Formats: sequence, C-alpha cells, structure tokens
Amino acid sequence: MTTTPPTPPPAVPTDFVVRLRGSALHFRCAPDTSLLDASAALGALGLRVGCRGGGCGVCRVQIDSGRVRTGRMSRAHVDETGHAAGLVLACRAYPLSDLTLSPAGKTTTQPGACP
Amino acid sequence: MNIETPPVAAEHPVMRAGHVQLRVHDLDESLHFYTQVLGLVETGRDAEQRLYLKGWDERDHASLVLRRAKEPGLDLLGFKLRSEAALQRLHDALRAADVDCRRIAAGELLHTGERLRFDIASGHTIELYAQKVELGNGLPFDDPPAWHDAGERGAGVSRFDHAVLYGPGLQQVHKLFGEVLGFHLSERILEADARDNFALWLSTSSKPADVVFVRHPTRGRLHRLAFRVESAEQVLRAADVFSMNRTQIDVGPLRDPVARRVSVQAFDPSGNRVEVFCGGYDSHPDATPLTWSWKRAGAPMALRDQRARERLFPELT
Amino acid sequence: MAVTGVLRPGHVALRVLDLDDSVRFYRDVMGLIETGRDALGRVYLKAWDERDHNSVLLRQADVAGMDALAFKVRDARTLERFGARLQEYGVATERVPRGEMLETGERLRFVIPTGHTIELYAEKTDVGNGRPYLNPEPWLPNLKGIAPVRFDHALLYGCDVDGSRALFEDVLDFALVERVLMADDRTDLAVFLSCSNKAHDIALVRHDEDDKLHHISFLLESWEQVVRAGDILALNAVPLDIGPTRHGVTRGATIYAFDRSGNRFETFCGGYEYYPDMQPLVWTSDEAGPAIFFHDRRLNDRFLSVVT
Repeated sequence: MTTTPPTPPPAVPTDFVVRLRGSALHFRCAPDTSLLDASAALGALGLRVGCRGGGCGVCRVQIDSGRVRTGRMSRAHVDETGHAAGLVLACRAYPLSDLTLSPAGKTTTQPGACP
Repeated sequence: MNIETPPVAAEHPVMRAGHVQLRVHDLDESLHFYTQVLGLVETGRDAEQRLYLKGWDERDHASLVLRRAKEPGLDLLGFKLRSEAALQRLHDALRAADVDCRRIAAGELLHTGERLRFDIASGHTIELYAQKVELGNGLPFDDPPAWHDAGERGAGVSRFDHAVLYGPGLQQVHKLFGEVLGFHLSERILEADARDNFALWLSTSSKPADVVFVRHPTRGRLHRLAFRVESAEQVLRAADVFSMNRTQIDVGPLRDPVARRVSVQAFDPSGNRVEVFCGGYDSHPDATPLTWSWKRAGAPMALRDQRARERLFPELT
Repeated sequence: MAVTGVLRPGHVALRVLDLDDSVRFYRDVMGLIETGRDALGRVYLKAWDERDHNSVLLRQADVAGMDALAFKVRDARTLERFGARLQEYGVATERVPRGEMLETGERLRFVIPTGHTIELYAEKTDVGNGRPYLNPEPWLPNLKGIAPVRFDHALLYGCDVDGSRALFEDVLDFALVERVLMADDRTDLAVFLSCSNKAHDIALVRHDEDDKLHHISFLLESWEQVVRAGDILALNAVPLDIGPTRHGVTRGATIYAFDRSGNRFETFCGGYEYYPDMQPLVWTSDEAGPAIFFHDRRLNDRFLSVVT
C-alpha cells in the first residue's frame, strides 16, 4: 500500500471587517455574502434594506477604503462615474478586503413629499 | 355513566399540556383581552381572585388561570395524566431521579385534583395532575353540531395547545422529560455550533409539541402561550381581530416552518406573548425527529426576538 | 363585465437587469407561462387563467422599473373614442402599430402627469387558458410555482397624483374607490381607481420622483393560496417586503416581495365588489398605517422609499 503525503487542509476564506465611517459600528462579512446581508447582524443600526435586487438604490453606499466585487446594479443608482468613484449597492457588493463605507442612498422619504 | 379508566400506559402516562397559571397586571383588562379578543371562555373565579378560562372546544374546566401580580410571566405549566395511579408512579420515578416534588392538595386550583409540583433545570415550575372536572365544550355529547358560536368571538381559539419556555439547562430538561416523563422529541433547532440543541419541541401526544424549551440564560421565562385554531383563514381573522382591538402584534401572520405552523403572535395587556396558530401534523414517538439548522430556524427566531426588544417591548415575561 | 370602456389592466412592460434570470423567476417561481419572444429580445408571459396572449413583458435593461402599463378596451371603436378624448384633453398620443408587440393590436400610447407611460389597446390574441371553451375543467393540475390567476393591477408613484387621477376619471371613465389623505386632511397621498367591479384597477401614490413603479400585482383565489405563495417565495429565497398581511384599503390579503431586479410585486387575494354608485372610502393620514398594513398598523420604511 502506497502512502500519499498528507494534503494540507483547504484554505478557509476569512471574513472581512466592514466599518461604517465615522462610527464605532462594524460587522464581519464573508466573501460570498453581500454587504447588506452581513450588516443584518447590526440589527436596526445596519444598512437600509430595500429591494435586495439591485433595482431601488436604497442600500447605496460609498466605499471609502477597500475593494469589492459587484453584481448587476441599476444604472439609475450607480452609473459608470459613480461606480468608478466607489459607489455601489450594498445588496450587490461582496468584499474583497476589509472595508470602510458610508451610506449614500436616499434618505427616508416623507409621505407625499413633492418638490 | 361509568367509563372504565383505560389501563395505565406504562410508557405514556402523560396525556397533554393541561393548564398554565399566568401572572397579569390587571384582572379586568386581562379578562377582556382573553375572552373578547382571544375568544376564551370564562369558567370560574376562586377565593384568591384567580380567573379561570378555557378554549371553547376544550372539555376540562380550565386551561388558563390568571393571577394578578406586579411582574407578568408564567407561574406554572401543568400536564394531565391518565390516572391517579400514574400520578403515584411518576412521583416515585421523579424521586428516583432526584427531583424534589411536593403535593398540592386537591381543590387548591378549582375543580382540579391533587397536583404533583416540581421545579426543573430551566427554572420553570411543572405540575402533573390526573383529575379535572369535565365541563364540556358547550355542545351536547349526543348528536352534536360541528361548532359552537363561542368559537366566533374574537379570534375564537379552540384550545390552549402548548407553552414555549426559555431558560438554561436544556440538556437536563430533555433528559427529565424524555426518560422520566415519557415525552418524545418531534423537532429541534440546533445551536450555531451545530452540536448542541437550541430549542426542543417535546410531545406527549400526537401534537408536534406539548411544551417547547428554548435555551436562554435567564431562568424560568415564558416566551409565549400557543392557542390553536383550525385553519389559516382563522389565523388571518385572528390578526384582523388583534388589529381591530389595537392589540400589539409581534410577529405574523406568517408561516413558521418549524412544526409547519401558520401563526400570528401578539402581546396581552401585561406584555405576555400569545400565539394563535394552525397547522402541524401527527407526531409519533417512532418517527425520526426533524432537525433545523441555526441558520434556517434558530437565527430567524433570535432576530425576531431582537426586533421585539428593539421595539422596546420585553420579549420575555 | 365591462363597467366602462376600459375593461381591465391588459399588460405591463417591465425592465429587468438580467433577462434569463428574470424569465426563470417569473416562469418557475411566479408560475407565469412564457408565450413568446420577439425580435427585440422581449419575453412575453401570461398567468395560467388569462386568455389573452400576454400580460407581462420583460425587457433587459440597465435600469429596473416599468416601461408602460397597458389597459385593454372594449373594442376598436372605443379605442378611437378614447383617442379623440385624449386629444381634446390636450394629451399627446402616439400610435404604436399592430404587431409591434406580438399578438397585440394597435396601441394608443401617452404619458400621464405623474410621468408614467400608459397604453390602450383593443385587440390581443385569445390563446386560451389551457382548457377548452367547451365543457371545461375548473382548473389546471400540475401548475408550477405560485400560479396566480391573472395580472391584476399596478401601484404607481409620482408627483402630480391629482393630475393623473383627473385624467383617469375624466377621460377614461375610471372611478375613485378609496383615498388616503395627507396630514392637511385635503390632499391625496394615495388614490385607488377602478374601471370595473374590482376594488382597484390602478393606484397612485404621491412621491417626489415621477415615473416610478411601486408594485405590480397578481391575483390569487384564497388566503390559503397566499400562504402557499409565501411558502414558495421562502423556498426560493425571494426577498420579502412584508406579509402575508391585510391591507385596510381594498381589504386585500397580500404579500409584497421583490423580483430579481428589485421590482416589487404583490400576490394577493380578496378585495370587494365595487359599483360606481358607492361613495369613496377615506383614510386620514394618521390612519395611513392600518390603511396599507392593517396588522402592523404602521408603514414600513420600504413602502415610501423603495421603488424602481
């Protein structure tokens, strides 16, 4: 019987730390979890939950430091310029490193407010 | 008419969850809530001013006893046994298992026989009893109609079904209920570590649960009392009734996959949580228990409790 | 039966961010039936119990939302009549030729004061509901997914709700069924309009952006079906907004959730029969909570801000 050398255990992907800029709030986010899903750990203090489909813009954040990969996002809320400047939708963004971000979505709308 | 008591089933002396005694702030307010909103029937009041109520379709005298007190919560949960002989046998079995029991005299609770009372590792007080006066459900025993219009008042719940209790010592509680009292496990929710149990659905009947235990650091807490209705339509109706009466709904209506319930949970005037639910299935002791992962069932429960807390309402009384 | 010249909402044209993913969702989870694809790459679907060729049109785009909401009218003569009335009213109309959409006749297209594109048409091919018109079975077995019986209505968000309401009432003969007022007790926050015996065929909510979609709505036949829909949505990890719950307005029992592009949809049952001799129900602003979410008795943050 031949002995095969022991294979090293598979590398476990590490969770990244995501901080909300200007506050002590932070949460851990796995590489395959969206920033929005991971922020649920903060409960009511987490990011605003909207459609979770990349369409409504409510969860838009500004990435101040770090890198993310993104899925499809509505260009109405993150256009090319914005994306280049670090705007992403949290429901469609997955961390590639530790991050600092600030909310950049719509502020809460008052009923029937019109310009 | 004499009906022969069936022979004591040695492995299965406990029939069902029978009564709970609940602490409430104000008896009048609570009576209104439990009869007009939840739809229970008032059946008595004792010398200590405790109020007695039951679901319209329950036959025994009372399943909910209300006691006025400063702090809301659960005083005790009682299970009905098949016979007085079973009561004695279980007393012996509990003593052998090093559980300190005391006997409460017949009549201390209205129309209820002698009770065996003991405390468990989760901090709750449990009782066993064999005898309670059969009041009936308002329908004749001969050629009865299918329902009583008492079932159309408020949410019209048919019966008190089970209690959900939070506390530590889940393993000891499981051992006691399983090995000494003859309960079987229908379903369980695992902890995040996927090893230990977070919640246990324990049955002594064919219901998915007569009692549910959930691990929590605080001893002796009540999460909710669960009352049964017969259809999802009635759960929707219960939610409407809660809203119409400005009863604060906590959760639902929703489908909770655990025990396949469609349910709505709300707070009584003292902050005790009640659940109106339908659904379930026949749970047998020979069936493999269902297991829920922390992610699928435990975390959502914890999140709901967190949200209730965030709304500045105590999730546990 | 047609109470007015407009019969019912006929189709909704949606923008989706990933067409294949969205077709899978609408076909397998919602249980709509795919009935065609055209040269522009648009996908056509209908609910199982609808007879006309299509009620949902999907187009891949960079931005989610609604391209147009179309109503079917009684016949070609009615279409002409509405065309004339729109012109008299001062609304610019565009004629979209027969066949621009598969199996659909000429459409009259115009923009309403809230910025939404509305269409009217008289003809769409009757492809049937899967059962013969002779001695039919009551329902189809082995349906996939949620399988609503029809596309029912849409709720649209925009600024000039008064202007859009006036157009629907004065030109298209819709009637006001219910309204939710703003804090001044006078201005409408939301209006629910019917062209039929349904509690609503279209609804509008005042909002600071024009041409926004709040939700498209699919009808189920019972509360049991709504609970079942909730189970299917949970099984498929579809993002939930709220429900199952009850609306105070129209009494519908409903679930709000989001499609794969964030467009909100509703699967609901219930309502009540509306007749044009009924006076409108009114909800004051302090009761806007139970008006929309009768069990929670308060609006959630998403109701006012999540639109596509």
